[in-house]
Amino acid sequence: MSLQLELKEKIIELLNLEDIAVEDIDNSDALFGDGLGLDSIDALELIVMLDKDYGIKLTNPNDGKAIFQSIDVLANYIKTHRTK
Amino acid sequence: MEVTPFYIESYVSIKESSITFNGKNVFCTETKDLQLFLKEAYKARISNYPKFHKMDGLSQLALLASECILKPESHSSINKNTALIFANHASSLETDRKHQSSISDKNNYYPSPSVFVYTLPNICLGEISIKNQLHTENCFLVMPNFSAKDFLIQTNYLLKSGKAEKVLCGWVNLDANNYEAFLYLVSNTGAIKHNETEILELYTK
Repeated sequence: MSLQLELKEKIIELLNLEDIAVEDIDNSDALFGDGLGLDSIDALELIVMLDKDYGIKLTNPNDGKAIFQSIDVLANYIKTHRTK
Repeated sequence: MEVTPFYIESYVSIKESSITFNGKNVFCTETKDLQLFLKEAYKARISNYPKFHKMDGLSQLALLASECILKPESHSSINKNTALIFANHASSLETDRKHQSSISDKNNYYPSPSVFVYTLPNICLGEISIKNQLHTENCFLVMPNFSAKDFLIQTNYLLKSGKAEKVLCGWVNLDANNYEAFLYLVSNTGAIKHNETEILELYTK
């Protein structure tokens, strides 16, 4: 399974995106704002997910703005920084 | 007993996998599982509010009941000067337990922010207010049992003082798979007198 697909499945389950399927999310879609419409609590949940599943600790929550741009951007960041 | 010029416009009750509005059954399922019931009831009664799926059980229960009473028909509009007075016995215990389980293991300490934000019972009032764009008075009381007298006193104060034109009162309790919601809308119009006896009778129906 590609990391992109893995992330889509995790995000849908973790953030309870009940009406959204993996195929509804394009790798370049914006995760916040007009894209998936995620909110600030979702951002915190993603930060915890990075730590728990990939061993990446974001010490500055503001970094999330760039990292969580899209599935592609997030996957590239994880590939570079993951410790597990 | 205090006599007031206020009335109960309508009431809704959710328990045992069914919803009754003004005494008439408007939704029921076979399932005994709360989460399944809430999902099915959401599809039948709300359906266009994905944020519902992110809420904890208490907020889902409160929002579902409030939608049934505030918008009994799809074209219904609500009075924006509607205050909220809610209460229960279990506070946010169900979500508190979930949060506790996520922080009890020091070697696997990953508290969920989306769970933590619901570790207060009054969050459900915020959810109702956001959904209906209410900027009104609200309070959430935690008490041993349903108290018609406490609801009556708080509601009459808000209406008599002009702080609200209507008051949505609600008892929403959730503990494990035991749940109940009883909401009623009070204003200066309606068929049922707003007094302790009538409130208790509707609650125990």
